[in-house]
Amino acid sequence: MLIIGEKLSIIAKRVREAMMKKDKGPIQEIAIRQMKEGANMIDANIGPAEDHGEELMEWMVTTIQEVVPLPICLDTTNAKAIEAGLKVHNNQWGRPLINSTSNDPERFPIMEIAVKYNAQLIGLTVGKGGLPADAEERAAIASEIMARAMEYGLPLEDLYLDPLVLQIATSQDHALKVIKAIKMFQELNDPPMKTVVGLSNISNGCPKHLRPIINCYYFALLAYEGLTAAIVDPHEITPVAKTLDIIMNKTLYAHSYLEM
Amino acid sequence: MSFVVPKETYSGKVYEVSIGTDKVINFGGETMLPFLSFDGTMKNRPLIAYEIQDIPPDDWPDTIKKVYEGVSDNPVTWAKYCQEKLGAKAIALRLLGTHPDRLNTSPEDAAKTVKDVLAAVNLPMIILGSNNADKDASVLAAVAEAAKDKNCIIGKAQEANYKTIVAAAMANNHKLIAMSDLDINLSKQLNILITQMGFDKERLITDPMCSALGYGLDYTYSVMERIRLAALMQNDTTMQQPLLGDVGFYVWKTKETQASESDLPKWGSLEERAIAWEAVTAAAFMFAGAELLIMRHPKAVEALEKLIDELM
Repeated sequence: MLIIGEKLSIIAKRVREAMMKKDKGPIQEIAIRQMKEGANMIDANIGPAEDHGEELMEWMVTTIQEVVPLPICLDTTNAKAIEAGLKVHNNQWGRPLINSTSNDPERFPIMEIAVKYNAQLIGLTVGKGGLPADAEERAAIASEIMARAMEYGLPLEDLYLDPLVLQIATSQDHALKVIKAIKMFQELNDPPMKTVVGLSNISNGCPKHLRPIINCYYFALLAYEGLTAAIVDPHEITPVAKTLDIIMNKTLYAHSYLEM
Repeated sequence: MSFVVPKETYSGKVYEVSIGTDKVINFGGETMLPFLSFDGTMKNRPLIAYEIQDIPPDDWPDTIKKVYEGVSDNPVTWAKYCQEKLGAKAIALRLLGTHPDRLNTSPEDAAKTVKDVLAAVNLPMIILGSNNADKDASVLAAVAEAAKDKNCIIGKAQEANYKTIVAAAMANNHKLIAMSDLDINLSKQLNILITQMGFDKERLITDPMCSALGYGLDYTYSVMERIRLAALMQNDTTMQQPLLGDVGFYVWKTKETQASESDLPKWGSLEERAIAWEAVTAAAFMFAGAELLIMRHPKAVEALEKLIDELM
């Protein structure tokens, strides 16, 4: 399971302030902590970043990679900012992942950038017309994104399909539909398509004490269906991921498996 | 269309371990299952060490005892015989006399024996306790210091005594054998505990506990095989250590190495049978993944070396 640390997001006040002031301290501290907690990749979410997006993403990528030897998930809708981030990304520590394209023509240019910089890409299975109604619609959109990727010359093994996790508190029926979509996405290709979710959205809007519980159980169900990657709080999810590797016989059991 | 041989690729590899100072020898380091050279590279031959003891081998069966007649009264002459006459590549000195039920010799006595043997031969050495967990802790700590910087293998550290032995091996720059009781999960756990003390995982050798043909060989075989698969296919760094088969010790206790021809005429020549029992047991573990074998009979060793020549 590819664990992508979600904690460097503009939504968090402390991170936002550090981004505004270009204060490396908190950014690097959070990046290091996430790596120690088991992250294999660090998400850098700078939001829509309409002003100074390029400069901000460039600063984020270099600031993070100065202290952690991990690849970055570049998370913004601003294509120019993504390109600026990819230019400075240190590929020695793994290939970057772009978050994201979708079936909206406005987001297609990102495919070109992914190909140009040999980056991996998340394809969010939404179109221009709003949220998908069920798993089948998600799979239909996924096929269109795959066709588009082939057109642009992006290898399908570099594409991660994201079914878009919705909030359990407002869209309870979608929780199972997303799980089903994870299963269906894999069947769209051989070898199976890679999949990713932004996990924490499931518990968005729930009381704070419930969030880790909902996140962990939901993660386990998705992982069982073959999820490849997840954008998560590594502190919360790494023990679950390690335990699932044991239960699913991917790692040999030993009493100290959580410490490894 | 021409036929292409399917090739298995593995994500992991076995660590290469190097022992000795004057004469240095390596084992392990392979990237595939034993001898499947079409899938990867087997960098080193499996290493066979000759087993000797600090006390005369009074309890060994006659067939093996007579091979060392005249030299086995003293570990120094015994070791020299292995080096000079048998062409040994390594020596495994078992400090059986330190066992409380044997001569109960002191850690200081054991340290002296080790120093004497090290002074007499220049081969890489494996230094083994008597397999009494309490006594081994003090004996192995003393001998590790006596052999400081000689790059030996010290063993065996077990769950009950590993802390002292690991500290001694670490302080004196030795490699270390970790032994567990025929349980793959406990074997992994012991390796984790030892590395958590700061001991390099690349300096460890795993002994999943040996056995002889007809006396539990299949259990050892299966644990070794699964350890290798975890190392190679799951890239499990806690299971990538070379494996030890402590063969002679177990084989020469069996009825097949002792029952006389007059008692069991159908079993054929005792000497031939006993040698074959050791060679076949060792070969089985080598096929399961053992890279280090401790053996006793020169003819069994010779047979195994010949087999390795043919397979490599």
